[in-house]
Amino acid sequence: MTEHTEPASFAFDDESEARITKVMAKYPAGKQASAVLPLLDLAQRQMGRVTGSAWVPKVAMDEIARRLDMPPIRVYEVATFYLMFNMQPVGTYHLQVCTTTPCWLRGSDQVVEACRKATGIKGWKETSADGLFTMTEVECVGACVNAPILQVNDDFFEDMDAASTEALLAALRRGEYPKVGSVTGRQTSAPEGGPTTLTTLNFPAE
Amino acid sequence: MVKVTVDGIDVDVPPGSNVLQACEAAGIEVPRFCYHERLSVAGNCRMCLVEIEKAPPKPFASCAYPVNEGMVVHTDTPMVKKARAGVMEFLLINHPLDCPICDQGGECDLQDQAVGYGRDGSRYTEAKRAVKDKDLGPLVKTVMTRCIQCTRCIRFSAEIAGTPELGATARGEGMEVGTYVQKALTSELSGNLIDICPVGALTSKPYQFVARPWELKKTDSVDVLDAVGTNIRVDARGPEVLRILPRLNEDVNEEWLADKSRFSVDGLKRRRLDSCWVRRDGSLVKAGWEEAFAAIEGKLKGVAGERIGAIAGDLCDAESMLALKDLMSRLGSANTDCRQDGAALDAARREFYIFNTSIAGIEEADAILLVGSNPRREAPLVNARILKRWRAGGLKLASIGTVADLTYPVEMIGDGPAVLAALADGSHPFAAVLKAAKHPMVIVGQGALRRDDGAGVLAAAWAVAGAVGALGAEWHGFNVLHTAAARVGGLDLGFVPGPGGKSVAGMLGGGVDVLWLLGADEIDTSRIGANTFVVYQGHHGDAGAARADVILPGAAYTEKNGTYVSTEGRVQRGQLAVYPPGEAREDWKILRAFSGWLVKPLPYDTIEALRARLETVNPVFARLDILPRFGCSDAAGPAGAGLTGGAFRPAVANYYQTDVISRASPTMAACTAAYAAPVAVAAE
Repeated sequence: MTEHTEPASFAFDDESEARITKVMAKYPAGKQASAVLPLLDLAQRQMGRVTGSAWVPKVAMDEIARRLDMPPIRVYEVATFYLMFNMQPVGTYHLQVCTTTPCWLRGSDQVVEACRKATGIKGWKETSADGLFTMTEVECVGACVNAPILQVNDDFFEDMDAASTEALLAALRRGEYPKVGSVTGRQTSAPEGGPTTLTTLNFPAE
Repeated sequence: MVKVTVDGIDVDVPPGSNVLQACEAAGIEVPRFCYHERLSVAGNCRMCLVEIEKAPPKPFASCAYPVNEGMVVHTDTPMVKKARAGVMEFLLINHPLDCPICDQGGECDLQDQAVGYGRDGSRYTEAKRAVKDKDLGPLVKTVMTRCIQCTRCIRFSAEIAGTPELGATARGEGMEVGTYVQKALTSELSGNLIDICPVGALTSKPYQFVARPWELKKTDSVDVLDAVGTNIRVDARGPEVLRILPRLNEDVNEEWLADKSRFSVDGLKRRRLDSCWVRRDGSLVKAGWEEAFAAIEGKLKGVAGERIGAIAGDLCDAESMLALKDLMSRLGSANTDCRQDGAALDAARREFYIFNTSIAGIEEADAILLVGSNPRREAPLVNARILKRWRAGGLKLASIGTVADLTYPVEMIGDGPAVLAALADGSHPFAAVLKAAKHPMVIVGQGALRRDDGAGVLAAAWAVAGAVGALGAEWHGFNVLHTAAARVGGLDLGFVPGPGGKSVAGMLGGGVDVLWLLGADEIDTSRIGANTFVVYQGHHGDAGAARADVILPGAAYTEKNGTYVSTEGRVQRGQLAVYPPGEAREDWKILRAFSGWLVKPLPYDTIEALRARLETVNPVFARLDILPRFGCSDAAGPAGAGLTGGAFRPAVANYYQTDVISRASPTMAACTAAYAAPVAVAAE
C-alpha cells in the first residue's frame, strides 16, 4: 500500500444497493462470499461515480467483508490479486496502456510517450497534478488485432499513435468523450482501408 | 485399504490418502514445504514431486495427488531428482543468502532440503526480490524477504488458531504474506507460526539472535502455566532456559503450544528468590537456611496445630504439595487448601473436578455447553480442540457467561446461574439440543466456581449434565476446566481442609497464627491477619513474598523434577532442565529438610520414595502419561445448593499475566500492553 488518504467510512448508495440485491440473488445461502468480485466492482464504480476517482478504499473492503460474512483479509487478498481493482485513488481518466508484445511492436512506446507528454506523468501508477489522469501499464487487454490499445476507464481506443493519443487526451481535457473503438475509422477489426479478400463475391440485394 | 508400491515397497494406506502419505507409510522421505499434516493441502511449493507409473509422464505433487489401487510410485528416478532440484533452484531465486544471520539456521527446512535435494549452485544472476517486513506484534518477528510463500502460516491462522488475519496479497512477483493493514496478531497460539514456518521468515522476536539450536541442551518436560498439561521441550544453555518448544502429544496439545507457555520463559530469570530472607524489624534481610529454619521453628513453638495453615499455589508439583501436607499433619494441622482462588471445587469424587471427557474426547462431542468459561483465555489449546471439532461440522455450542470471541460461533443463552435450572428441568430450548446430542459436554469454568454460590453452580451444572444424558456409562460429559496446573494434583492428594480444618477463607483474616504459602500468590495478601506469621516458599518475588516473614527460595518448574496432573486428570512428569539459582532448592527437599530440623522427619529421603508415597495416597499417580477414560458410574452429584444469581465473570482477566512467572516476563508485559484490555475478574 502506498501512502494515500483513506475515507473515514463507506456505505453503498441506493444505486449500488439495487445492483447488490440482484447479484446476491444469484448465490445460495452460505455461499454469499462468491459475490466478493461483483461487490468490489460495484464499490469501485460507486467511488468513481460519487468522488470521480474509481478505486476501492479499505473501508469499502471491510464493508464488503461484513456483508458477505468473511474475514477482511480474504477480501484484501481478492482485491489485490485482480489488477483491475485500484487500491489507491486514480484520476478521472484511468489511462491503461497495453505494452505487451503485439502493442509494443505496433508502437505502444509512442503512445506511452505521448501520454507522458500530454499529462506530465513521469512513472506508472501516478496521477497528474490536475487529478484528471492516471497512467497504468497493463498486460495484454485482448485486442491485439487493433494494436496498440489505450484503455480509458472501461473503453478501448484502438490503432493509436502519438498524434491520435495527444488528440484523445486533449479532447478528454476539454470534457469531450470521443467515439470509442478504432481511431482510424476501421470497422471493428476488419482490414484497414476496406476488405482485401472475398472482394469478388456479389451478394444479391435483399 | 489401498495397495500402493513406493520404490518397490508395498504399503497399504487408507482410501483418500495422498501419495505423500503413502510414501511416508513406506518409510520414504519426501521433501516438502507447504504440506503439513494438520493443515489443508495447498500444493503450491511443488517440492514433493514424485513420478507415478501409468500416469502422464510428468512429475506429480504427491501431497495433492490421491492414491489409487495398485499405484506404483517412484521417488528416486532421474526425473524426480531433476524436478526437485529445479523447484529448489526456483525457490532459492528470491531467497536471501543470509543463513549466517538467520535465527532459523540449523533447524531450517529450506537449508536441509537444499542440501538434500538441491543443485550445488544457482544459475540466477539477476536482482533478487526484497519484501518489506511486517510488524505482527511483540512475539513474531518477520523477515519477509525470506518467505517462500508456502502459505502454512495463512492456513494455520485460519484453520487451527481460528483468527484469519494473515493472507497473501497481490500476485506473482508482488505477492506478499501479511495482514495487509498493519496489525498485531490476536491469537493466543501465534507462537506456533514460528514452528510451522519452514524458513526464517517468521521467527521468535524475544529469542532473536540468542542462540543456535546445536548449543542447547534439550529436556522433555510439562508446561504448568495453564492446566492443559502441554508437553514441552525446554531448551537451555548453561544455567539459563532460553526457549520452550512444544512436544508432540496427540492426546493433549497435538504439536501446538500456547503463547504464554512459550514466551514467559524470560520471566524465569527475573525477580527470582535465590536466597532465604527473614523479616527483622519490619524489613526483609537476607539469611542462611539455618537462620530461616530457626526463625520458623521459633514461631511454631507453642502454636497449636489448628493455628497453623498451608495454602498451595497454582504452579506447585504434587511432590511438594504432599510433603507440605505431611508436614502439616505432623504439626497437627488439618488446615491445608490448594484452592487459593476460593473456587468451590468438590474433592469428594474425582469426576467432580476433572475434565472427564478428556481433551481428545472433545472431537467426539456433538453439543457443548460452556458454563462461566472462556476456554480461549483459560486454556487456548482446549479452545483449539473445540475449534477443530467445530470445523469438522455438526457441533452445537452454547455459553453461559460473558460474551467473548472464542474463534467459533457460540450461542449466548444467559449470563448467570439462573439458566442452569431451566436447562436441568428441560424448559430451556438448548436442553433439547443437548438431550438430542449423542455425546453432550458440559464445561464448567473457574469463573462459575469462584463465587459465593460456587458449590451450588457446580451441583447445578452436574444436574444439567445428568438431565441431558451426559453422564452415561460409556460417555462422561461433565468437565471442569481448570486454569492452574497444580489444582487437580492438589485435589488428588487431598490438599484440602481435613476434618475440622480451615479453608483459604478461614485461614485468612487471622484464622491461623502461622501460614505456610507454597507458591501461593493469587490470594489477597492484604486479608492475611496482621499477626499471622507468613512463610513463603516459592521462586518469584511476588505478592506472597512481599507479605512473608520468612522466604524460602524454591525451584521453578524448569528447575525440578515434579509430577503434575492436568485438568483432564493426566499425570505427567516435568524434568529438571537447569538447576535452581543461588541458594534455591527443589521444594520437596526444602520441606524434607525443615521436617528434619524440627526432628519430625518426613519418611522419604529420595524423590522415588516420595513418589511411592504419592501412589499410596492416591493410586492415580501411578498412571503416568496414561489417561483411561471412564463413564459415569454414580449419577449422584456434588453436594451444594443455592444459586444466588449474578452474572458469571471471566476467570482470567489478562491471558498474558496469570502467575508469578508470566508476571515477571518482559515479553508478557509487552503482550499485555499490545493486546489486553482489562476485564473484570471473578473473585471468590
